[in-house]
Amino acid sequence: MKLLSFHLMPYRHLDFEAAAKHRSAWVVLPNELYDPVKGAEEYERHIDLLVYSEKLGFDGLGVNEHHQTAYGMMPAPNLIASALIQRTKSIKIAVLGRALPIVNNPIYIAEEYAMLDNLSKGRIIAGFVRGIGAEYHSSGVNPYFSHERFHEAHDLIVRAWKEPGPWSFESENFNIRYVNLWPRPYQKPHPPIWIPSQGSSETVAWASHPDRKYPFLVTFSSEELVTRYLTTYREKAREYGYEAAGGQLGWAAPIYVAETDDRAKEEAGRGIETLFNNYLRMTSEMLIPPGYTSLQSTKNFFRMRQNMATRSAFMSADQLIGNGTAVIGSPRTVRAAIERMREKTGFDILIGMFQFGVLTDELARRSLDLFAAEVMPHLRK
Amino acid sequence: MPAQRTSDVRIDGVAIKLHRVGQGVPILFLHGANGLPQWLPFFDALADGYEVLVPEHPGFGGSDDPPWIRNVGDLALFYLDFAEELGLTRFHLIGHSLGGWLAAEIAVRDRARLLSFTAMSAAGIRVPDLPSGDLFIWGPEETVRNVYYDQALAERMLAVKPTEEQMDILLKNRFTATKFGWQPRWLNPDLEKWLHRIKVPAQVVWGREDKIFPWQYAELWMKRLPDARRLVMVEHCGHAPHVEKADEVIPAVRAFLKEASR
Repeated sequence: MKLLSFHLMPYRHLDFEAAAKHRSAWVVLPNELYDPVKGAEEYERHIDLLVYSEKLGFDGLGVNEHHQTAYGMMPAPNLIASALIQRTKSIKIAVLGRALPIVNNPIYIAEEYAMLDNLSKGRIIAGFVRGIGAEYHSSGVNPYFSHERFHEAHDLIVRAWKEPGPWSFESENFNIRYVNLWPRPYQKPHPPIWIPSQGSSETVAWASHPDRKYPFLVTFSSEELVTRYLTTYREKAREYGYEAAGGQLGWAAPIYVAETDDRAKEEAGRGIETLFNNYLRMTSEMLIPPGYTSLQSTKNFFRMRQNMATRSAFMSADQLIGNGTAVIGSPRTVRAAIERMREKTGFDILIGMFQFGVLTDELARRSLDLFAAEVMPHLRK
Repeated sequence: MPAQRTSDVRIDGVAIKLHRVGQGVPILFLHGANGLPQWLPFFDALADGYEVLVPEHPGFGGSDDPPWIRNVGDLALFYLDFAEELGLTRFHLIGHSLGGWLAAEIAVRDRARLLSFTAMSAAGIRVPDLPSGDLFIWGPEETVRNVYYDQALAERMLAVKPTEEQMDILLKNRFTATKFGWQPRWLNPDLEKWLHRIKVPAQVVWGREDKIFPWQYAELWMKRLPDARRLVMVEHCGHAPHVEKADEVIPAVRAFLKEASR
């Protein structure tokens, strides 16, 4: 199993009381609540924690892109990837991922990934995402054309990596007279492409297509949903006439390990609750702007959201642990949860988020140590 | 009261729902971003002596949603074909909100068929440093409260729970509104400089308390339309004057149409 240590880089000094007065921790959260002196310190600590993971034997480090939010301080994840390259030796660095539709010229993404691939001598994994709905508010890009822009940008980037330039790219949204990448990517034909997703059926069908066979990573979902999405990928692959490899299936989840289940919950409870209730807090209008998903998916989403609203809006650590969204417990509990998922889906890429919400570095480090000592060897078997 | 008639008409291979009422000189009314959730008394009141045509735009309500109509410019040319197909040689054009923007895009392309032009709470241009209210970030209830000035009216609107079918149509309308209006927000940056081409009698109708396009937008329209005859600024009124203050808007619009027909 491939094991990655992933970080969102939240701004942990957020004044939750002040933030609660606003619609969301995204897009409209006044940036006066960000203190650059504290923020600079955060960057240093977050990067240290990722670098520390290399020593523990992880296969990769993961970063990602979000804009105008306290949830993650990485609007430009490639900058962090570049810093990580300088501070690590052999570990893979996965950018999970760049949001393709929200740029006006995807060539820049192709170039930056190619640069990182050269700088790291082939250690880069290139994630492609559409960005979450809020990104369409903060970038101004029209969500109605999100899918179309994603596919066009993807085609442009992959062709730019593979085909000798210069040549001309023509599509509905992007028209580039000269495509001619300097530098070309280090890996041949290009860095591996991974697709993190929240499980839309359109994305599953596209990623699993025999022309692509892109690893598909399900993020932040309950055990039931992760199982369903990964199974859908397998079934889709069979429809296409092949058997999906475990390396095409990934699961990204917050993980916390302590000596006992009780202690783990006590130490990680506030971290996980702040992640889901404070940092991820946003309205439906932000999460799913019109056109971001199909009419039918949007309808299903609103129906689900309505049902959720009639129950409790607050997600407790118990709920998140109970439905398997967060993997928090003793080494034995954590091993069992991962094994259970492996038995159900045959997935072979685990992306652990070891720091989440306001969780301190000291605790995150202890959890990483325990994971490396008590869980990792078992998964390597 | 004349009866309202609804038919499907096919233009450029696109079937759209067309509602009509009355007989006489045609008035083409172009609806806004919310579509046409219900027939309005405003249309019936206009129909005395006129034939009021109220199409549901491609992508809205019961009309087809062709992927090749990608922007308001496409929609404008579609409606020029519509006017030709229906044989509308001389007609009054009224557009509300998104429909006002659309009306202007039609008129700058071809004003030959127009008897008059009415921009009501119209999108399409902007007053610098006075951004429109963002109905894409507002929640559904918030939107209703912001569209109407009279909160008792908003309450009554909110009390009516839409059926499943109506919900589906509202979502479809919202998707299409997003296609046309998200970026740049409710604007064609190239439109304002061509408004001088609308050389027909024009009027501007606005609610003083419009929270989407503030009243200053009305003044910009008045400045740019070369034959702007009157500004109907409706006090204590939000974004939909023809709904919220129909009693004031109807006589004003009828008086203008009469004058413009001369």
